[in-house]
Amino acid sequence: MPKKYHIHTSSVQNRLPKIIKSGVIAWEEGCLKCARCVKKECVYKVYEKRGLDGESMVDSTDTMCMDCFRCVQNCPNRLIQKGINPLYRDMGDEYWTPDIISNIWFQAETGRIPVSGAGYGGPFSGPGFDSMWTDMSEIVRPTRDGIHGREYISTTVDIGRKPMYLEFGDDGSLLTPIPPLVEIPLPVIFDLLPFSPPGDNIPQSLIAGARSINTYVIMKWSYLKEKGISPLQNIIPFLDGNTDDIEEGVIKSIPIIEIPDRGEPVSVQNRLNEINPQLVVMIRVELAPGIEEKACDLTKKGAHTLHLCADEFGNEQAEKPLFIKDRVRSVHGTLVEKGIRDQVTLLASGGIAMAEHMAKLIICGADCVAVDIPLLVAMECRICRRCKEGLSCPAKLETVEPQWGGKRITNLMGGWHNQLLEVLGAMGMREVRRLRGEMGRAMFFEDLEREVFSNLGQRGQG
Amino acid sequence: MVCSEDSFVFPKVERARSRFKNALGKFKIIIDKRCNNCGLCIELCPFGVFKKGAKRPKPQNDHLCIGFVCRKNPYHCVDRCPKGAISLFVNPSFEILGDRRWTGDLLVSTWHMAETGSIPHQGLNYKTGDSRGGFDKLRFVFPEKLPEGTYNGEIDTAIELNRSNDGRPNVRIPIPLYLGGMSFGSVSITTMLSRVKAAAALGTFCCTGEGGYPEELIPYDDHVITQVATGLFGVREETIKRVRIVEFKYAQGAKPGLGGHLLGDKVTPRVARMREAVVGSALFSPFPFHSVYSVEDHKKHVDWIKEINPRALVSVKVSTPTDVDMVAVGSYYAGAHIVHLDGSYGGTGAAPDIAKKNIAMPIEYAIPKVHKFLIEEGIRDRITIIASGGIRTAYDMAKAIALGADGVCLGTADLVALECIRCHHCESGRGCARGIATTDPELSNLVELKWGTQRIINLYIAWREQLIDILRRLGMKSVTELVGRYDTLVHLDYVKKEEVRGEMED
Repeated sequence: MPKKYHIHTSSVQNRLPKIIKSGVIAWEEGCLKCARCVKKECVYKVYEKRGLDGESMVDSTDTMCMDCFRCVQNCPNRLIQKGINPLYRDMGDEYWTPDIISNIWFQAETGRIPVSGAGYGGPFSGPGFDSMWTDMSEIVRPTRDGIHGREYISTTVDIGRKPMYLEFGDDGSLLTPIPPLVEIPLPVIFDLLPFSPPGDNIPQSLIAGARSINTYVIMKWSYLKEKGISPLQNIIPFLDGNTDDIEEGVIKSIPIIEIPDRGEPVSVQNRLNEINPQLVVMIRVELAPGIEEKACDLTKKGAHTLHLCADEFGNEQAEKPLFIKDRVRSVHGTLVEKGIRDQVTLLASGGIAMAEHMAKLIICGADCVAVDIPLLVAMECRICRRCKEGLSCPAKLETVEPQWGGKRITNLMGGWHNQLLEVLGAMGMREVRRLRGEMGRAMFFEDLEREVFSNLGQRGQG
Repeated sequence: MVCSEDSFVFPKVERARSRFKNALGKFKIIIDKRCNNCGLCIELCPFGVFKKGAKRPKPQNDHLCIGFVCRKNPYHCVDRCPKGAISLFVNPSFEILGDRRWTGDLLVSTWHMAETGSIPHQGLNYKTGDSRGGFDKLRFVFPEKLPEGTYNGEIDTAIELNRSNDGRPNVRIPIPLYLGGMSFGSVSITTMLSRVKAAAALGTFCCTGEGGYPEELIPYDDHVITQVATGLFGVREETIKRVRIVEFKYAQGAKPGLGGHLLGDKVTPRVARMREAVVGSALFSPFPFHSVYSVEDHKKHVDWIKEINPRALVSVKVSTPTDVDMVAVGSYYAGAHIVHLDGSYGGTGAAPDIAKKNIAMPIEYAIPKVHKFLIEEGIRDRITIIASGGIRTAYDMAKAIALGADGVCLGTADLVALECIRCHHCESGRGCARGIATTDPELSNLVELKWGTQRIINLYIAWREQLIDILRRLGMKSVTELVGRYDTLVHLDYVKKEEVRGEMED
């Protein structure tokens, strides 16, 4: 059995007061000065520990209250109320909801997976990733003991091209050239950030995070070169400028590189491989209608890895865009049909906000995902996108200590890893490689609705 | 306490007000210092919102206020107050109450039913939540006019739990619901007893959950379902022998495919003793039964229970994977009397959010899938389908039955009757701050047994009334006629209002 991959997490304090859903509104006027004030009875001792954050002037009752409503319901003069926190409500946008942001914050702070009591309280289903459910095993199929279990569940994936078969010479020697392959212990790579405050602290945090969990971070070569960042350990340079503008020495020193989908990317790949035969090349392709054909074409030409990119909201480039999971599903399906799926690695990115999105995208056919915005959120980004317009960051992200940032990212990924284990365990799977394209082990909203609800209400057929 | 069906009488509703000084409602009333304590408002309000006070009346029951629509009434206090001292507004706390599945409206409605035993009059939506799918998009369609000679007598809401003709006792419950497993340890003994006593009074059952059979429950043996789950905590020969129904829990809807987890803090000396474990150390129920990897293994389990207790019925509680229909058929051939489907949006004391939201399918899909498959197999009338996991209202219950279940199993609704507010913090620190899901002695004392029992009774009496109303409007004599009647339902996404023939529920 291989050594168990484990992400070591530890509690990493927030720099800023948390923004929570609701605050406490307590009037002083009319207070009866009861001998035993309801505030003293707070189970969570919110009032006893009360304080004011000097910098942001946030009352700690607004960050510690657990919404039990007991003070609201027991104050004899009814002076305590709860109210929506507008700061919370206004965070993010329709896709990157306040709930997603606070879910990421929790994981980055604690390294634990979000666990709560009472049943699910969200919508029945929704657009995007919320229109599918993952399967589980019961009685008629075997199961695995997930996160607390004694069984080893592997989350390792390979990046690179795979030969479909091996050829041997008469003397038993291997004739097939073995293409380069890079193993990563978690099906997650850190992607280019769609927006970010300036400075080097954020990139340094990403590098620290990638190193600590042993994955890779994609960074623009122009940036790496300008800053003279070296060694490029756990970094995948993205050749954003001229593809020849990189020294042979650098090419020889790295295991993976990413190139844009321009001109003849496979010939660029081949040229790079002439310099370093062990180099895995990823081609960054924008998702769009008809991308299936391009994926087949590149695969047939010998591409190692296709990085399929959607926008920040998981949408492809189109007037009526398809969501990432649906387009990836179609790309995967087309490659399967052509019998070439196993030769190429598919990396998918854009709109991946939660651990469940990673699992779902893999079910839809990706081998591995790339994340971006959640890495910023782990460092207390609120997705206000002010930095996009050159405005100051309310969370002062540019000042984060890279060591702190790296730990926050490590915690987040630790949470994601454990959640992936939960999902795989429930499905009875021992490795994430087997999850890829297992659409039979997912349930899709449109299928279930068609099967169950679309024919209701036909009178006289009861 | 065995109910013979002829002599069974439903318990009486008795008012059981909120145990907190200020009950939460949609509206809030404030009387300011202009008040001259003339007492007119007390006299006017037919809902009993005001109580006499020394300086001025107290709007103590403003949760019963009907709000702004009252303006048209001659008894509208705000307009009639001679001093203009009364102001009415939407309770700001109400706005943050609840979530998409259990909205503020549903919570307050459930509290109202638990307090009064009747449908809320405050204009609250007590039928559906805001999840925008499943039950919340399903509506009953009632015939505009029932044909002449439609049955007009008493409506039967009872169901049989043993349909297998295997010589074991017939067990009939007068309402198509029983209460699901919540272990001692995850909830307080008062909560557990309130549920069991309410179940006994209603002539139905309450499941112990996995955590042993506290001796306080022994007087109610005939209304207890004892659970055998993967940790086998508290499972003993004598507890199996005591009851009329034994439940195998293969999985729980909220965390399908995952084990249970009782935090160390909740393992008090008493919990530890009952579970034969160590005080303060966390307890894991593994997933799955490591002795069951096939239907054959499962049959061995069922046979084992049947051998130990020759009068017991066996229920098999499963979650909802894509092949839930196969699981149900397997359970039947293994000899189960009841297949209990627990949908993915069901309750839990603690579960990973990723599991609650994503693993397995919602119950609304699973019920018709299983119902149809069992019909095709020709065995639907030999097994009882009980559905749970996201049944919040009487309407959800009726819809689940129309989709193909015989009855439903409840958990969260009972806790809401006990004034659970769904803060989702059952597992943190000393446990539930409202004293429901905790074993902390001080917090547990927040709930009184008599009050808790009555609240649950009131709620389900109110549900039964709503079910009877639905059945009457459909022209049915018995709830058993509703099973699998897809024709009585429409889904708002797939039907245009003008196409509906009949009266669609709002």
